[in-house]
Amino acid sequence: MQPFLTLAATACPLPLANVDTDQLIPARFMSRPRSAGYGDVLLYDLRFDADGTARPGFPLNDPARTGAGILVARRNFGSGSSREAAAYALVDHGIRCVLAPSFGDIFSSNAVNNGLLPARLEEEAVEWILAWLEAGNTEMTVDLDACSVSAGGRSWSFAIDPVWRTKLLNGWTDVDLTLSHAAAIEAFATTDRARRPWAWLPDVPSKEPSQETPAA
Amino acid sequence: MADQAPRTLFDKVWDAHVVLTREDGQALLLIDRHFFHEGSHHAFNQLAARGARVPYPTQNIGVVDHYIPTRGPRNRGPGAIADPTIRRMVEQVTDNAARHGLRLFGLNSPGQGIVHVVGPEQGLTLPGLTIVCGDSHTSTHGAFGALAFGIGASEVAHVLMTQTLWQRRPGRMRIAVEGELGPGIGAKDVALSIIARIGADGAARHAVEYAGSAIRALSMEGRLTLCNLAIESGARCGMVAPDETTLAFLRGRPFAPQGAEFDQAAEAWLALPGDTDAAFDREVTLSADEIAPIVTWGVSPEDALPVTATLPDPDRTQDPARAAGIRDGLDYMGLRAGQKLSDIAVDRVFIGSCTNSRIEDLRAAAAVLAGRRARVPGLVSPGSTLVKQQAEQEGLDRIFRDAGLEWVESGCSMCVGMNGDLLAAGERCASTTNRNFKGRQGKGSRTHLMSPAMVAAAAVTGHLTDVRPLLEGR
Repeated sequence: MQPFLTLAATACPLPLANVDTDQLIPARFMSRPRSAGYGDVLLYDLRFDADGTARPGFPLNDPARTGAGILVARRNFGSGSSREAAAYALVDHGIRCVLAPSFGDIFSSNAVNNGLLPARLEEEAVEWILAWLEAGNTEMTVDLDACSVSAGGRSWSFAIDPVWRTKLLNGWTDVDLTLSHAAAIEAFATTDRARRPWAWLPDVPSKEPSQETPAA
Repeated sequence: MADQAPRTLFDKVWDAHVVLTREDGQALLLIDRHFFHEGSHHAFNQLAARGARVPYPTQNIGVVDHYIPTRGPRNRGPGAIADPTIRRMVEQVTDNAARHGLRLFGLNSPGQGIVHVVGPEQGLTLPGLTIVCGDSHTSTHGAFGALAFGIGASEVAHVLMTQTLWQRRPGRMRIAVEGELGPGIGAKDVALSIIARIGADGAARHAVEYAGSAIRALSMEGRLTLCNLAIESGARCGMVAPDETTLAFLRGRPFAPQGAEFDQAAEAWLALPGDTDAAFDREVTLSADEIAPIVTWGVSPEDALPVTATLPDPDRTQDPARAAGIRDGLDYMGLRAGQKLSDIAVDRVFIGSCTNSRIEDLRAAAAVLAGRRARVPGLVSPGSTLVKQQAEQEGLDRIFRDAGLEWVESGCSMCVGMNGDLLAAGERCASTTNRNFKGRQGKGSRTHLMSPAMVAAAAVTGHLTDVRPLLEGR
């Protein structure tokens, strides 16, 4: 994964609270494979009319926001469904950082696993930046090492789980690290089987799995 | 241990699963149950790309629910599904389960159903377990005192490959509901009242424990509804301490321990409730007697009010961000400020989903509908094939059909609309589901969330209605 250090980019205001993951990517687009790309369907039903025409008033359709790397939104961004495709859609559209007063927990994990920074910023700061962007300004910077955001000659600190920060700064993924602990996991599992036998399910019958019937 | 600090239910379950802790505080947790479904294809593709295997196959269980059609025969296998996208999704999960030797409650399994109904029903969900699934409503399983939460595709792949997850310990929050719920008021009303009170992000980054006399009095079905909606308040997970109600539900379930093994497990489970003086980071208390039948009016579950209320006015709202949210919600829902909720006419009703599709939910709706006709069309999709059978044995299907509603097979159906059960643009639905998000039940759909009894009442009158008068004498 690409490390995240600092980002100087065009920012796009999205002055809405509770932008849920169903809006970030409607369910009907989720059967496509990852390799097909998800950027074209980001916020699809807010961006486009029923006939597929771009809505002129929607911020992401504003020519001044073309190539935006930062999205600024109100509270509870990414709430709802655990669909990681919401993070795919943002990243594939070029967004590397979302600034909001609060985020859905599952969305935040998914974002970090895709190199996207969910930065929590005080509500007052978000409102100031939204107004500043809506006045026609576009360029902002985000410094993950310093956990700071600047716009219009002002700057603010943002909050991020320190572990996520490290992960983003280094572009790490978890699984290789975890696999290096396979022996510790196995030892734990062996002890656990004796301690909590009910937690371990019987072997899967070798017959056709879709014929699975409740055990006797 | 005399020197150990008092622990909450959450602490006890967490501590029992820590394989190791990193210097930065991240804990590697053993995952006891991972449920996957048709939507888990991204994760299986990540395994395929690495050529990875599943080292603990028994602990990963598949269910077909998200895309499964609710109409048409199921005994001819996935290949007989007419829609090519849906067929591919069901075939993919079936193939992936077979490839890795994983248990699957497939299309034609007698145990098929919605993952969060199947887990408890089969006794796969047990107190004290860690349970994850690539579905945010995994919080449901916390009703048994399990630590259960939804995860994304990368984490699903991580669990399949390692049977663990890296987690940071969340804050602890206690939500108590004290007193007795009034007649016609149920777990859905409690859950929506909590969300309206604390907000859709009110429990973010916290593990919630529901407590108090009104929670203790809830059935397992009620506790499942309550914990299901924990995620709609932003909670990491929701939990209820196991007790005799929990044990009575689990005894004899297919995958629960049996006989002496059950007794041994039960002893461990009854030691899970939090210590008396265990501390919480936040506490919220609600009075049960103040909870009324509640409905949502906007596009977030926090937009919930008693059905007797009127719609809020953005022009009289001080906070500009909140005013903008109210305006956006009213606009999308085609409603106006000051309108009475009970004046809102609905086009359709839906009874189903992991929130409210269990036998008790169907009984509550049938109690209102018995001997009455629905004024609007609607769909009833039971939570599992076994719930469907039981409902039919009790004659509930007849009540729904006689009322004019359609009785279909089990699946996520119109809650998420992936299987083609959709509302038309602009259609308004009284729904027992969990999300009134824009377009959730189909592009342009308008959803009002409420309890099964309240949905039945809306079906009978054609508009949002206080169910209580309709229950008098029943």
